[in-house]
Amino acid sequence: MSLTTFLQQCLTGISLGGAYALIAIGYTLVYGILRLINFAHGDIFMMAGYFMIFAMASLPWVIAIPVVLIVTVLLGVTIERVAYRPLRSAPRMSVMISAIGVSYLLQNLATYLFTALPKGYPEIPFLKKIFQIGGLSASFVTFLTPVLTLVIVYALMVLINKTKIGMAMRAVSKDYDTAALMGIKINRVITFTFAVGSLLAAVGSVLYFTDRMTVFPFSGSLPGLKCFVAAVFGGIGSIPGAVIGGFILGLGETALVALGYSTFSDAFTFVLLIIILLIKPTGLFGEKTTDKV
Amino acid sequence: MKKQTISKNKLYTLIALLAVIALLGFLQANSSTYSYQISILERSAIYAVVAVSMNLLTGFTGLFSLGQAGFMAIGAYTVAILTIPLEARESVYYVNGISPAIANLHCPFWLALIIAGLLAAGVAALIGIPVLRLKSDYLAIATLGFSEIIRAVIAAPQLDRITNGSYGLKSIPGFPNLFVAFGLCALCILLMILLINSSYGRAFKALREDEVAAQAMGLNLFHYKELAFVISSFFTGVGGGLLAMFMRSIESRTFSISLTYDILLIVVLGGIGSVTGSVLGSFLVTAGREWLRFFDNPLTIAGVQIPLFRTGFRMVIFSILLMVVVLFYSRGLMGSNEFSWDGLARLIRSIPSRFRRNQKTQKGEKTS
Amino acid sequence: MTEQTLHKENVLHMEHVTMQFGGVVAVNGLTLDVNKGEIVALIGPNGAGKTTAFNCVTGIYEPTYGKVDFNGETILSSTPKGKMEKMYLGDVTPTALPIIRNTPDVITKKGIARTFQNIRLFGQLTVFENVLIAKHMRAKQNVFSATLRLNHAEEQRMRDETMALLKEQHLEHLKDEIASSLPYGLQRRLEIARALATEPTLLLLDEPAAGMNPQETQELTDFIREIRDTYHLSIFMIEHHMDLVMQISDRIYVLDFGKLIAHGTPDEIQNNQRVIDAYLGVSDDAED
Repeated sequence: MSLTTFLQQCLTGISLGGAYALIAIGYTLVYGILRLINFAHGDIFMMAGYFMIFAMASLPWVIAIPVVLIVTVLLGVTIERVAYRPLRSAPRMSVMISAIGVSYLLQNLATYLFTALPKGYPEIPFLKKIFQIGGLSASFVTFLTPVLTLVIVYALMVLINKTKIGMAMRAVSKDYDTAALMGIKINRVITFTFAVGSLLAAVGSVLYFTDRMTVFPFSGSLPGLKCFVAAVFGGIGSIPGAVIGGFILGLGETALVALGYSTFSDAFTFVLLIIILLIKPTGLFGEKTTDKV
Repeated sequence: MKKQTISKNKLYTLIALLAVIALLGFLQANSSTYSYQISILERSAIYAVVAVSMNLLTGFTGLFSLGQAGFMAIGAYTVAILTIPLEARESVYYVNGISPAIANLHCPFWLALIIAGLLAAGVAALIGIPVLRLKSDYLAIATLGFSEIIRAVIAAPQLDRITNGSYGLKSIPGFPNLFVAFGLCALCILLMILLINSSYGRAFKALREDEVAAQAMGLNLFHYKELAFVISSFFTGVGGGLLAMFMRSIESRTFSISLTYDILLIVVLGGIGSVTGSVLGSFLVTAGREWLRFFDNPLTIAGVQIPLFRTGFRMVIFSILLMVVVLFYSRGLMGSNEFSWDGLARLIRSIPSRFRRNQKTQKGEKTS
Repeated sequence: MTEQTLHKENVLHMEHVTMQFGGVVAVNGLTLDVNKGEIVALIGPNGAGKTTAFNCVTGIYEPTYGKVDFNGETILSSTPKGKMEKMYLGDVTPTALPIIRNTPDVITKKGIARTFQNIRLFGQLTVFENVLIAKHMRAKQNVFSATLRLNHAEEQRMRDETMALLKEQHLEHLKDEIASSLPYGLQRRLEIARALATEPTLLLLDEPAAGMNPQETQELTDFIREIRDTYHLSIFMIEHHMDLVMQISDRIYVLDFGKLIAHGTPDEIQNNQRVIDAYLGVSDDAED
């Protein structure tokens, strides 16, 4: 393999990893606070893809993107309100089943509304512009994704470490009941967390689908699971962990495809998951918790 | 007095059993007329086997595993490879050719089903060693992952000469008759019921209730989790094999995550921790999907086309129903109770009074 | 008193048991003995490391250093290794001990049963099933014989023994009740009955009188003596109710900040200045 091809593949991998990282953050935030694998997160990401198709049909991209972001956030918050909040005191398994149910509903809803056939994702002209650096050629989105990811992560870290709502989020994730006793409005913190997660999923969806070109009702399910794995890999609850997990996943998958093992590129994710769970169950940056007997 | 009621219940059960056998005989005799109904019933019975085996883990041992599709795939491919008639193999494997290792491997379907179960159980035993150390949701996602890995391995081009890759396997012999199909499903479920009500079943329940206390009772956590996982996977594998016999042709895409979700939904609907609930759930869900089919066809009433009715609406209704169950009837149809004639009699007797109570509460709400 | 105990047969012997979590030494070089037929109490202020000591004996935690003998057999033995070797903060200098580990279920099989500070019953199961499960480990059966009902005689024996035990414990009228629906006091009784069903020779009770009123505590006192005599047990217990401890203990060990600060008969402990200080706190004046 020549150096150019190698660099080209790296670029693809980093770009894919950036999109993964953005979705993984959504998982890690929600899991950190509710101890829930939000199985519907990948489908929120998929719905954001469809929203974009419809928004771009009548609006210029400058307006379409904010509209999509807002609608996706509303979707995420609504799901939390309707499907998770009533089960706040139910066993963890019930909430997880509810999440699977929402995922199932969103996929069926998408099939019903938009048919099972893949729909073309609209082209945003400036994102698709081809850049040439030396022997490397890639569209602008490929360069933009990792940069944007890092900027967003920085902003998020500031939000969580420096603001009041961020402090509340950290408190709730450490101890749910005590946080409630300290007068933190748990439901508001959770709503906010879902809003942030969905927002990032929407941004991720724009970057991801611009590269993929089509959306179909199941295009969120596997990337969703992969991004959860990325979050687990980095240590659930840790934002830098999710980002690093996302990039490792993106690079690894691209490498496998480049080496001709594309059938295993999906399985690779799960192999990675099982390895990390065996070696370091808390992930790269996870905190250790012990059960009291 | 008590003895009398027991023998009465036995009589009811016997009558019900005879009725089922008579119904099967009738369907068998008129199988061409009722082929559609038969296929629904057969699929329900097979799903019931897998649902009960999932319930054995989720409801009785407290292990939330989402690996069912993978183990079903192992079972289905094993049965397919072992039972496709030798003369049909050339045409099945016409693209990739058949590996000499399996070219002449053939056995009767019942043996193939047992081997299917054993293979699935063997793979489960290996997977269980790392995975069963994980807790709740990590276990769920790891088993889900393994299920996908199994599917990827089956679909891998390196195994094309065994699994026939993306072309799938065809010409799998079906059930000789209805009695075999339903008899096998009933046998599997019966064995699982016997297990659940045995001393080992109690040990599994102890694990579900409190792992630390179960250990203090001398139960080795890993040993019993592994046992439940292996047994459940055995029956899931057999269920997969039965599904292959039912469908006559299989491909790796059949065994994707959504198959596991379908089974999970049956278990949830029937009631986590209830065998009869799972059986009831699989018949209701499978039949319900067919009944709801009219939602998928355009509906015209008095010359006006009702707008919502078109392809896919059925599944939307179905998933909304499901969310309603999850959110408002989280115990499902049966909760963790089992069917009994006394229970049925109580239910029937309580229907009128329930209506009255509902009316009363409605009035009460208005006045307050 | 010490001479008398020496003649007795030793049941439990803990030696230099040290349990370190990160930088916190929860149990620090604990050495103690329980002899046959004795009731021994482990007391100390909250957070002194009493339950941790129990968890070390029953195999829930793996001690950082030290060993535990049961009826003369070493059931647990550990020495700090790897990263822990540098981080080790215990008072006793470790000498190399062989690594012997046993999971809690093995320790139960050897004859140590326990109850828990926060009652841990099988909540959704009946009283009868709770006790019956304890019989499972000693039954001669395997999963096939049990499923196919070939273990009929064994199953019947387990059920009979369970019923007999429930009768002895005066719980038989509750046998079909769901365990979690019982009142608190009965749940404690059931937990003890369930522990007895494992046929132990040593019973560990973790705060058996927690949440009980004085009358119930008095009943418990008699009850503990009674089960010791009926089932030929040695009893090792953690308890905060001093009247209970002083009434029934043959010997008492006092733990504070993970360290043993006193050991002796109830009378000796009642008059020990260090114990009084640990419980009441030392005033600033006294320190100066």
